[in-house]
Amino acid sequence: MSLLRLKALYQTVILENAQAPHHFGTLPNAKTVTLHNPTCGDEINVQMLIKDDVIDQIMFTGSGCTISQASASIMTDVLKGQTVTEAQKRLTDFSDLITGDSLNDADQHALGDAAVLATVAEFPTRIKCATLAWHAADQLLTMGDDADDKTK
Amino acid sequence: MTTNEYRQDFPILQTKINDEPLTYLDNAATSQKPQAVIDAMADFYAHGNANVHRGVYTLAAQATDRYEVVRDQVAQWLNAARREEVFFTRSTTDSLNWVVQTYGEQFVTAGDEIVVTVMEHHSNLVPWQQLAHRKGATLKYIGLTADGQLDLADARKQITAKTKVVAVAQASNVLGVTNPIKQLAQIAHAQNAILVVDGAQSIAHMAVDVQDLDADFYAFSAHKIYGPTGVGVLYGKYDLLSQLTPAQFGGEMISDVDWQTTEFAAIPERFEAGTPNICGVIGLGAALTYLQSVGLDTAQAIEQRLTKQLLTGLIAMPGITVYGPESPELHGPVVAFNVDNVHAHDIATGLDLAGVEIRAGHHCAQPLMRYLHVNATVRASVGLYNNSDDVDRLLTALESVKEFFES
Repeated sequence: MSLLRLKALYQTVILENAQAPHHFGTLPNAKTVTLHNPTCGDEINVQMLIKDDVIDQIMFTGSGCTISQASASIMTDVLKGQTVTEAQKRLTDFSDLITGDSLNDADQHALGDAAVLATVAEFPTRIKCATLAWHAADQLLTMGDDADDKTK
Repeated sequence: MTTNEYRQDFPILQTKINDEPLTYLDNAATSQKPQAVIDAMADFYAHGNANVHRGVYTLAAQATDRYEVVRDQVAQWLNAARREEVFFTRSTTDSLNWVVQTYGEQFVTAGDEIVVTVMEHHSNLVPWQQLAHRKGATLKYIGLTADGQLDLADARKQITAKTKVVAVAQASNVLGVTNPIKQLAQIAHAQNAILVVDGAQSIAHMAVDVQDLDADFYAFSAHKIYGPTGVGVLYGKYDLLSQLTPAQFGGEMISDVDWQTTEFAAIPERFEAGTPNICGVIGLGAALTYLQSVGLDTAQAIEQRLTKQLLTGLIAMPGITVYGPESPELHGPVVAFNVDNVHAHDIATGLDLAGVEIRAGHHCAQPLMRYLHVNATVRASVGLYNNSDDVDRLLTALESVKEFFES
């Protein structure tokens, strides 16, 4: 078996994020979106607190595979502190990257560790795992910054 | 045994996946098709295609004969009392929904109970759950024993005088267990309830005698028994079928249509509205002929030997949890398991790189996943064309993937 290909997908930064996810937990009074991957039962809940058009705090909980958990963890690192417009640009770029499009250096750099997930494009059955948390964030951003707006 | 003379009958087994030989161990999802099935279907379209049950011309009469012969074949396969008790649908799911939309709609009322088991596939659960919502009926579940078998004592408790329908899988698509259908039929009938059996996971792996089981309805799919996708079968007892109003109307199912009224055709045409999947049904016929030529006993012996090898190998590996009974005598050809601290999807991707095709996920049995306190499992399932090399490749690849994630 090609362990090399397995290593290409499961790079150290991905394994580390899955084992010790960043910003794992809940934010009281934050907007929240829970998404499921119906094919496998993975679940991700993302919560976001937006202040003055900036993502002030972002946390997630959930259960699922290495790719879905690592991707959620890395996403919280990338999006925290970004303006809503910047965050939306990151989401579009990530979606392009994960479906095999290449980004310019600046956009790639702005995605931070998330750029590592580009190899998922070679594993089409796993793309949904990688994008689950990002779809949840996308829904949170389009909800606006009304902190009372809770969606299940 | 590393050789399996039946492998050569399945052309797909020559395929390479990720530069490795295809090791197909997802038979519980769908089985591969022997050349005989592929040829029968190609031959029908090349030389025999016409619509059934209407044409006066020779080709249509021949097509109708080929289609109707399969009804006889299926009736014999199931030991149905009459050929009219068998009709063709799109899938097991379609067959089960059919029972809900006819028997369920006509006979289940508010306050009635519908009893299923916690191991049901969504196809034998969601239609009943939604019917219960529509009718104000109660959906109840039969639980499991500690080793994952159906708890018959609980069945006796859950099935009461209020129960109208008991719906149960003959074999689980996760736990690998076979359920005591005959006893469940006795319990259900003692309370005047009907027994609906989902045969999707059992039809290819054991002899089924609907009269001996005393099942009121029995559903299965052609594609799980080496036939094509898109064809399901529903068996129903004739006296039950004769009480049911069709849920679908149109061509083929009528005997006379007037401006305001319609007289329906006889059973079973009454329940086969529209042009059926003629070619698919012919493919099912070829699949049954093929399996008969192999012998269900021979197929079972191969599967039991491989299941034992698989179970023994998995149990010997540290950090593996097997779901359902660990004893090979109690375990059918479906083995679900998990690796400690590694998600089923990550295992599946690693195995896929070795050409080992298995299923990972909730297997369309989310209530069972909740019952087992997992959100996914890995599942390997064998068929008559698998050999011990297949099982060895799975176990070897699993060792490497485990090591990779554990290091």
